[in-house]
Amino acid sequence: MDATKLVHMANQIALNFRLQPTDDAAALTAEHLKAFWSPAMRQALVAHLASGGEGLEPLAKAAAARLSPG
Amino acid sequence: MAFERDFDQGTPVVVSDEKVRLTIDGRQVTVARGTSVMAAAAGLGAAIPKLCATDSLEAFGSCRLCLVEIEGRRGTPASCTTPAEEGMVVRTQTDRLKTLRRGVMELYVSDHPLDCLTCSANGDCELQDMAGAVGLREVRYGHEGAQHRTTPPDASNPYFTFDSSKCIVCSRCVRACEEVQGTFALTIEGRGLASKVATGSADFLSSECVSCGACVQACPTATLNEKSVIELGTPTGVVETTCAYCGVGCGFRAETQGDRVVRMVPSKKGQANEGHSCVKGRFAFGYASHEDRITTPMIRARITDPWRKVTWDEAFTHAANELQRLQAKYGPDAIGGITSSRCTNEEVFLVQKLVRGGFGNNNVDTCARVCHSPTGYGLKQTFGTSAGTQDFKSVAKADVVLVIGANPTDAHPVFASRLKRRLREGARLIVADPRRIELVRAPHVEATHHLALKPGTNVALINALAHVVVTEGLVKQQYVAERCEPDDFERWARFIADPVNSPEAMEGATGVPAAEVRAAARLYASAPNAAIYYGLGVTEHSQGSTMVMGMANLAMATGNIGRDGVGVNPLRGQNNVQGSCDMGSFPHELPGYRHVADDATRELFEGLWGVPLSKDPGLRIPNMLDEALAGAFKGLYVQGEDLAQSDPNTQHVVKGLEAMECVIVHDLFLNETAKYAHVFFPGSSFLEKDGTFTNAERRISRVRKVMQPLSGLADWEVTLGLANAMGMGLRYAHPSEVMEEIAQLTPTFAGVSYEKLDALGSVQWPCNAQAPRGTPVMHVDRFVRGKGRFMLTEFIPTLERSGPRFPLLLTTGRILSQYNVGAQTARTPNTAWHDEDVLEVHPFDAENRGLTTGDLVLLASRAGETTLRALVTERVQPGVVYTTFHHAKTGANVVTTEFSDWATNCPEYKVTAVQVSKTSGPSAFQREDRRRDVALRQVLEGGPDVTR
Repeated sequence: MDATKLVHMANQIALNFRLQPTDDAAALTAEHLKAFWSPAMRQALVAHLASGGEGLEPLAKAAAARLSPG
Repeated sequence: MAFERDFDQGTPVVVSDEKVRLTIDGRQVTVARGTSVMAAAAGLGAAIPKLCATDSLEAFGSCRLCLVEIEGRRGTPASCTTPAEEGMVVRTQTDRLKTLRRGVMELYVSDHPLDCLTCSANGDCELQDMAGAVGLREVRYGHEGAQHRTTPPDASNPYFTFDSSKCIVCSRCVRACEEVQGTFALTIEGRGLASKVATGSADFLSSECVSCGACVQACPTATLNEKSVIELGTPTGVVETTCAYCGVGCGFRAETQGDRVVRMVPSKKGQANEGHSCVKGRFAFGYASHEDRITTPMIRARITDPWRKVTWDEAFTHAANELQRLQAKYGPDAIGGITSSRCTNEEVFLVQKLVRGGFGNNNVDTCARVCHSPTGYGLKQTFGTSAGTQDFKSVAKADVVLVIGANPTDAHPVFASRLKRRLREGARLIVADPRRIELVRAPHVEATHHLALKPGTNVALINALAHVVVTEGLVKQQYVAERCEPDDFERWARFIADPVNSPEAMEGATGVPAAEVRAAARLYASAPNAAIYYGLGVTEHSQGSTMVMGMANLAMATGNIGRDGVGVNPLRGQNNVQGSCDMGSFPHELPGYRHVADDATRELFEGLWGVPLSKDPGLRIPNMLDEALAGAFKGLYVQGEDLAQSDPNTQHVVKGLEAMECVIVHDLFLNETAKYAHVFFPGSSFLEKDGTFTNAERRISRVRKVMQPLSGLADWEVTLGLANAMGMGLRYAHPSEVMEEIAQLTPTFAGVSYEKLDALGSVQWPCNAQAPRGTPVMHVDRFVRGKGRFMLTEFIPTLERSGPRFPLLLTTGRILSQYNVGAQTARTPNTAWHDEDVLEVHPFDAENRGLTTGDLVLLASRAGETTLRALVTERVQPGVVYTTFHHAKTGANVVTTEFSDWATNCPEYKVTAVQVSKTSGPSAFQREDRRRDVALRQVLEGGPDVTR
């Protein structure tokens, strides 16, 4: 899937969890991605992070880092 | 079953714990205090003659036919207006009464056409019945002199005629319009012999009449009569079923001659509607027999090929081979399915079973994705379950009603009638809507506060309301302490009390004066019972889920969950939105809202289905389209949804569909999506199948077959055919067996069966061992999740903002006479009221652009352009324009964007930055779409006849 779209959605999710304490916000964002995104979408996000994570906000980056690459 | 009229006890049912005992015609009867003598007699089977009385209306006492004698009382009181009293001794049949009644009937009949044999109501006329009941044998007054028998009928309404020559001026129609519908479109004009029913306009069609049919149903003669009855004659059979339009889920009597529907009459047994209806359910069923119906399966190799008609077997085999070919070539996740909120629970269950068990993935989604998916997310987070909290009756006990982002008089009219009745009784109303909807000011209804917020600022408004509750000491502390998670509440209270959430701070965003917000918050919080009703104006935003949680927070903080008269209530757009969600249509949930990653749940399904199930969430509809464009998603089975018209950014949707190699459309009509399909399965209308719908109040109601499916197969049999062509080996003889499986697998449906539904009429889930007759009100003693959870709801403005290029905000909605993408209603005479989508523009914005009503305008956004006619009106606020999406030729979703709710991807239909300008012809998209209409919808002549 288009990385720009995944980045937009991940940032949007992270933004809506940002009022949680920082660790919780990243964990909650990651949990949300695991609960609602297909494995292929998660893998694409992880791959995007691995290639620099352009466009990802810090919280979304932290969440993506919590997703397993597989 | 043979035709029988609904029982009519003459005056409304009274519910009271206090009882009185009286004697009627020598027999004793005990009734609730407040019951009329007429109703008490009816309960004994002693029907008292009547004309102006019917049990849907308050007693009126005008016809003087229902007179009785009561021991110890002078004269002959009207039984309809006389309450039964303890010890009362009543006689309903005496010589004196017979004489009086005959005299009354003589007067009526002296001014009534004596054309019973050729009258359309012959055999279905209460005047005729009463003439027989009182033994009328002569009319001493003759038929000469002043009379009304030559008055020509008004046939302007598409569905019924008004023939005042047959009117007995009983006022039942006028009272039905007032008491049942709440529109006040009718009145009695003139006095004495000049008295007549009038609309206040030249005719019915041009009047304020909303064609709900309440007057037609109430009329005791042929004065107001369905045109279908005039054309076909009176019905001879009846089948109780459930409406296929909005989420109110009205019970209807399909009144028939053989397998032909003569008319649809709202059923008094319908527990959602209790005998009322709207113009869609009551009259707009003609689409089911429209000439556009496709009744033969069709296939084609490429979308540019003409369709070729084939047998069901060939269609199933071809579709199954194609889907299996795609999985072999592109991988198991390359295909998926979409269920429909217009289909039954059983059909939806089978589609998700096909995807999970047959396709081997969780790529199943539903059209609820684009309407109420944030409701599911938001209410589950806060309350623990994805459903509204009340039954519709509950509104009768509300003292304050907060309507947010909903337009009930247009989109949920039968619920709106209940609401308006409560408002006439004195309940207060707060409307939060960018647009001045009808409820803001209507006959005998006026909102105390209209919070006319700017589109996209719902969360700012709900936070401001909650801020007032918290900072002004209006929190119901005991309720919160007993019922809610303390730490979450404390954290939320600190968050919401922050001055950034105050009405004053939010005024810049919402545009709503702070003082108005404060007053509305106080009104809501201080009411003994305050209820929230909301619609897609809440969910279809980038923060739709946040807003749902914000409303839940407000309701919990004020103690307004868990009893009659309160609650948080989604008004579902389509008839089975609730049911389609319940049945596991979402790609992350199995039926009963249980996540696919939950091992125990998955093992339960695997055990019964005998196949391994994926633990990974599948693709949502927008994900499917994106993956198609990326080359990873190649095949789609779409049951009963028209993606290419209903989903946002039409051009993106079309590109996604074009990128697939096998699109299977299962529908009544060759819809917009079918232009991009390779297999077409003809669908069956709600009249052609058995099943159940679950309405917005979680009420499961039966859909009963009225006629055989035109294509030979009901929709559930079609899904079964595809599943078995893929080797699943599913065996069901009837949808009741599917429901047995649902009950076996879904705890909240454990007690549901067709036998129970037949016995009780309907049940509201949860229906199980703990609640064998269902659950009208949820979260009574505790929330489903245990304690209610307050969620933080920071207002994050949408990225979709107006600017120099697109300076206006477009918001979309629905109109009374039309329904969704118009697949049904646009193929009925409802087009008399609305035959094209129009763009509402405020006079200020119109003047700036030189626009007047009727001008053709170009509506442009960053996604696309379309054209439609302008309607200049102050109903919208400056800077905001509004349209509907009912007509394919307009294609309103060409303009809407892919922005969506952060949690659920529900599209942000309600906020699109646009520009409006005068134009002279269709947009480039419309011109191309018209060309494709012809090129992609060709069907080869000939082929098999598959109908049974």
